[in-house]
Amino acid sequence: MVKQIDPDFLALPMRALAEVALQRARELGAEHADFRLERIRSQDLTLRDGRLDGSHDGEDVGFSVRVVREGTWGFAAAVDLTTDEAARTAEQAIEVAKVASAMSSERVQLAPEPVHDDVTWVSAYEINPFDVPDAEKLALMIDYSRRVLDRDGVDHVTAQLRQVIEGKFYADTAGTMTTQQRVRIHPEVEALAVDGDSGRFETMRTLAAPAGRGWEYATGADGVVDWASELDRLPELLTEKLAAPSVEAGVYDLVIDPTNLWLTIHESIGHATELDRALGYEANYAGTSFATIDKLGTLQYGAPVMQVTGDRTTPHGLSTIGYDDEGVLAQQWDIVRDGVLVGYQLDRRMAAMMGGALGVSRSNGCAFADSAGHVPVQRMANVSLQPAAGGPTTDELISRVERGIYVVGDKSWSIDQQRYNFQFTGQRFYHIVEGRLAGQLNDVAYQSTTTDFWGSLEAVGGPQTYVLGGAFNCGKAQPGQIAPVSHGCPSALFRGVRILNTAQEAAQ
Amino acid sequence: MTMTPQQIVDRCLELTKADGCVVLVDESHSANLRWANNTLTTNGIMRSRSVTVIATIDGGTGTSSGVVARSAVTLDTLEPLVRAAEQAARDNGPADDAQPLVTGAAAADWTDEPGETSMAVFGEIAPGLGDAFGRARSADRVLYGYVEHDVTTTYLGSSSGPRRRHVQPTGHIGITGKSGDLSRSAWVGQASRDMTDVDVANLNAELTRRLGWAQRRLDLPAGRYDTVLPPTAVSDLMIYVYWVMSARDAHDGRTVFSKAGGGTRVGERLSRHPITLWSDPAASGMQCAPFVVAHASGAHQSVFDNGLPISRTEWISGGTLNALQQTRHSTTLTGLEMTPVVDNLAMSVAGATGTADDLVAGVERGLLLTCLWYIREVDPQVLLLTGLTRDGVYLVENGEVVGSVNNFRFNESPVSLLDRFSQAGATLPAFSREWGDYFPRTAMPALRVPDFNMSSTSQAA
Repeated sequence: MVKQIDPDFLALPMRALAEVALQRARELGAEHADFRLERIRSQDLTLRDGRLDGSHDGEDVGFSVRVVREGTWGFAAAVDLTTDEAARTAEQAIEVAKVASAMSSERVQLAPEPVHDDVTWVSAYEINPFDVPDAEKLALMIDYSRRVLDRDGVDHVTAQLRQVIEGKFYADTAGTMTTQQRVRIHPEVEALAVDGDSGRFETMRTLAAPAGRGWEYATGADGVVDWASELDRLPELLTEKLAAPSVEAGVYDLVIDPTNLWLTIHESIGHATELDRALGYEANYAGTSFATIDKLGTLQYGAPVMQVTGDRTTPHGLSTIGYDDEGVLAQQWDIVRDGVLVGYQLDRRMAAMMGGALGVSRSNGCAFADSAGHVPVQRMANVSLQPAAGGPTTDELISRVERGIYVVGDKSWSIDQQRYNFQFTGQRFYHIVEGRLAGQLNDVAYQSTTTDFWGSLEAVGGPQTYVLGGAFNCGKAQPGQIAPVSHGCPSALFRGVRILNTAQEAAQ
Repeated sequence: MTMTPQQIVDRCLELTKADGCVVLVDESHSANLRWANNTLTTNGIMRSRSVTVIATIDGGTGTSSGVVARSAVTLDTLEPLVRAAEQAARDNGPADDAQPLVTGAAAADWTDEPGETSMAVFGEIAPGLGDAFGRARSADRVLYGYVEHDVTTTYLGSSSGPRRRHVQPTGHIGITGKSGDLSRSAWVGQASRDMTDVDVANLNAELTRRLGWAQRRLDLPAGRYDTVLPPTAVSDLMIYVYWVMSARDAHDGRTVFSKAGGGTRVGERLSRHPITLWSDPAASGMQCAPFVVAHASGAHQSVFDNGLPISRTEWISGGTLNALQQTRHSTTLTGLEMTPVVDNLAMSVAGATGTADDLVAGVERGLLLTCLWYIREVDPQVLLLTGLTRDGVYLVENGEVVGSVNNFRFNESPVSLLDRFSQAGATLPAFSREWGDYFPRTAMPALRVPDFNMSSTSQAA
């Protein structure tokens, strides 16, 4: 059943404020203006050892006006939901554009987009987490914690339940008007074991990804996560990890589970194919990209089995939406085809500026602002590695490896500012000996360079191995903004990847 | 009718039926300019207001708390907000961190209005940037960067009496400069309370000096190098140390400051050097709230401690771990002094003088870094961090910079570095490249580390 937009959100005076703000911007000479009103409800519950450690229930409501005046941006944001304040904010945005014009040498133009007149969109979920009593949510997380804490070998358990419902209203001077609502949730449990004498400690965390789903995901009622199984396995996995031998540093074949690979995709493909990075807009902060626009259509990103898409349409994807923060209809497109770079993530300004080189006339809809108080910038679509039709299972991939490591779950991640050199750890690493798993290894990190790594991709798993991973809080831009994003991928086999022993790295 | 922050606090405290109630009102004004490729890209001015209501309810088995925060409040929405916090407290059950609310009275500045800022704060900076863009274009250089000024005023009121107000001005600027072919890159940045001490021409001159160093380019392999970390890079690392200084986490056994067999490492010598890692709300140029402001409870803070006074704290004193970040609850677990989190951080090395340039003068062959980037924890047991060098790694020979080299990925523990460094400089303002947007109030010395672990090379330019 398609959900309705929360009547409390619809009751906010968004249309009246938009009309006043856009009219005032027009009167003051804006060639384009857009108005965005957002209400973001969030709730975090944090537990330690089965008891509530902290809770926070927040609601951020506000609106902003963005203008283009004489080819220069101006942006202003406010919180008082009155028509006077809407007019004043439009005037401020114009004033900001005037100040900015003296320092601007490039004229802002926006790629055209069909008018989407008064359309609505709601994400796919069953139960709005904010309709569930807090006591019920807390009881579930206490139960999840106790299932782990009561077992041998576990000293402490931390648990978190994060939930967001986002209401977005957008209107622009071209006539587009969108009203949207989406829900996301992330339950997470982590067990800690401490060896009493040595003080050595290890952790093991649930692998269930944050998702654009409702309360049914946290309880397991939708059948996506088997929580009982995931929680019941944590203690024994943790005990095995604490006792696991330290890895011998060297070169190994890797089978990487989607629960780990999603983050490598995020860092080495997702960010590298953001056009604003390739054009230098993030050079002072998040960084640039090795995948510059002159390499479009020729850069061998990886092996020919590598097919990567960008989309804002995947059901339950964290980046999924109906229309972006510039009124552009959500789409899906190719980023890497047969191992070659063929596409970028765009917004309307970049699509207008680089459309010739890119062979496009329209944005693919990646503009996003994390709140009404922030200006939209190009943010990540759901960037996903496609599985092979009829492709192998994870076990079959493992069976092809003589000496290697099977990597499960994400943990530590780091990549350079041009997206070449990365280093990742994981929740658990299994030694592969002659095609079979031979117990966990400790102190493992894999380190490579993006195109070397994706060039070493030998095989991707079939659709049965495909999992949608993701994160709530991808950071970018100044002032800093966070964005939720998902990445789907199958299990995959990589040959000859450098493995570090992190204990040796720390030794003096 | 527009309410003042003080009226919001008072009205919420009138409305509450809870046993205890703390109200925080945060009012922010900010302005920013961002540029790339020698032209302004985005900009903005923002105003926001957030009201956080913390209700506490006494029960037979303990006291519970509920926290609800809302923006865009009106007189009509205050009662639902207060009731929601009370309901959350009832739903949550007894809180482990429950303590009596802090008592006190109204501070002298309670009735003062919130601070403000606007684009006018960049009155000197904006033309300086316009001039810098022009110079860069004519010299085949490309500038990228960001400047921001924010003034957040926090009003704290409690049913137990205190009325506190704190105005927090926060500003910073960062500029990245590249050669026209993008092969050479340099960065400068600084924090500022009021932006009057930001001199764009001086910053631009330092960028030019660094891009000049990079005209000779060499490649070096991974390995351990005698390395000079300027205060910025030291700040990149020490902020991470500070973020894992929760006493509660250490007591659990989950951090580098946990003691084998239980308890914390407080009292243990971490460094052979006379280093002091300290915070002080009154530190000149780094002033921050002199009382606890906690919007939620967690490993580092407790909502019950809101309003508690904060004073100078030495986390590491003379090389010995002296204190960890405490709540009143965690002090009952650890038996240590109450030392709340402070919103600034500095490190001093007794007797150390000079700048990074002075340390470079003593290096026979080694590296001078600009800053570190994408720092993440690899192993919390020893606080092994990984990350990369960025925007300028320079080769030093016989005390002089002789060129630039490739970037590196490092794997290092900053706790270990505290003992291993061979030379330190004077404590100077140090805006962290990695964390400065969120933690700008830091002062650090330059450090020389004889064997910094550059684990692999990076092609990033």
